[in-house]
Amino acid sequence: MSERLAPPPGDPILGIETSCDETAAAVVAGGTHVLSSVVSSQVDLHARHGGVVPEIASRAHTELLLPVVAEATIEAGIEDSEITAVAATIGPGLAGALLVGVASAKALALAWDVPFIGINHLEAHLYAAFLEEPDLEPPLAVLLVSGGHTMLVAFEGHGQYRVLGGTIDDAAGEAFDKVARHLGLGYPGGPVIDRLAMNGDREAIDFPRPMRNEGYDFSFSGLKTSVINHTRKHPDSSPEDIAASFQEAVVDVLVHKARKAARDIGASGLCLAGGVAANSSLRERVLDACIEDGLRAFVPSRSMCTDNAAMVASTAYYRLKSDGPTPLDAPARPNLGL
Amino acid sequence: MIRCSTSSEEETRDLGAAVAPLAEPGDVVILTGDLGAGKTRFTQGFARALGVDEQVTSPTFILVRRYQGRLPLHHADLYRAESVDEVADLVLGELADSTGVALVEWGEAALGVIGGDMLEVRLELGPGDDDRIITLSPAGPRWSVRSQDLEKALVPWRSA
Repeated sequence: MSERLAPPPGDPILGIETSCDETAAAVVAGGTHVLSSVVSSQVDLHARHGGVVPEIASRAHTELLLPVVAEATIEAGIEDSEITAVAATIGPGLAGALLVGVASAKALALAWDVPFIGINHLEAHLYAAFLEEPDLEPPLAVLLVSGGHTMLVAFEGHGQYRVLGGTIDDAAGEAFDKVARHLGLGYPGGPVIDRLAMNGDREAIDFPRPMRNEGYDFSFSGLKTSVINHTRKHPDSSPEDIAASFQEAVVDVLVHKARKAARDIGASGLCLAGGVAANSSLRERVLDACIEDGLRAFVPSRSMCTDNAAMVASTAYYRLKSDGPTPLDAPARPNLGL
Repeated sequence: MIRCSTSSEEETRDLGAAVAPLAEPGDVVILTGDLGAGKTRFTQGFARALGVDEQVTSPTFILVRRYQGRLPLHHADLYRAESVDEVADLVLGELADSTGVALVEWGEAALGVIGGDMLEVRLELGPGDDDRIITLSPAGPRWSVRSQDLEKALVPWRSA
């Protein structure tokens, strides 16, 4: 066991995240002190298949989870007996993948005789946005953008959310992935387009901004189709320009609506969350918008944007205080909403 | 094989809506076609006509979404799954639900697993940006008996 200089802050909670293609474990004390956060990315495994394959995801989680948990406690420098609760993502996500994390967390909670806490993956993403800056003043507007989700949420206090709007067809991250595959760029599509866009002209192609000025809902399916129509007509168009112009259209709509939401709810700040929050153009534009509008910006580090377990352990700290432990017979819930 | 054509997203949605009244418990509808061909649009129309109130969104990253209409609707997406073994593991549970209807986008990979009893809907890009060619192929005993009803329901969009 590693030597430690000072005792960790109170209530270290072990968090486990296996809702999609990351196997992750983390120890977070007092809701905000990240003692360790281990993510064993399965992306290489999936790259060959052009995306997440559920059966592979479940099997890999089974193989990786216990080593990842062991690494998280060692890195945190604490004994298993010091863990005060075990949390796992119960949904939404892939049924088989969720089960691995939930069953393991329950087993550890039983063995260590500590509470089990089931955590909503979407709520955990919101917490990631201010895990690094805990002195938040609600209300806050949160833009949650990932492969499976695109939503604008009013965060009105711990555990109090109002979903202002969401996608009516494709999620933003899904649009990135599908456009990347259409351009033959590989998986995962987000980082590839982000990189390519840096060398392109974002004003080269005027792609549509669907629903830009209509409420809080989003639509990215038509934008994807526009990219396809453009490449059909202009096969010689530079992939860099397509990537930059497509990314510009997505970011423009996201930031425009997030600012509007912050204004309308009288928010003190604007938070970014979810895997697409790692996109450099989106981060830059949100920071600019916050300066312009006099808002606090919560832009999590890239490692907190993508799926991780620190956000699960952090959420669990607040949930345990407000709702108490989750019953051990609580099932995984693949279709869970916010 | 019933050949149809549409010239807007709304028309593709309406065509999906026209198929839904024919749906019976245990049906499987496979949607095939390129990116942006209108598979989710078709499903949105189908779901609405089946009495689903919720917004139907793409299940690409979630893989399967479940809705409740006059029948349970399982909306699956195999875009990210490519080999048949993995597909079987993923969707067979949903397809085995004899009380509901399963709509499977990117269902090419599932064709072998499902066998012949299904409605295949192939959506292709047409000459203009908004044109789509939609071919519906009833296969197996369940759908063959409904072929004529299907042809009637699709009259507004039939092409030669």
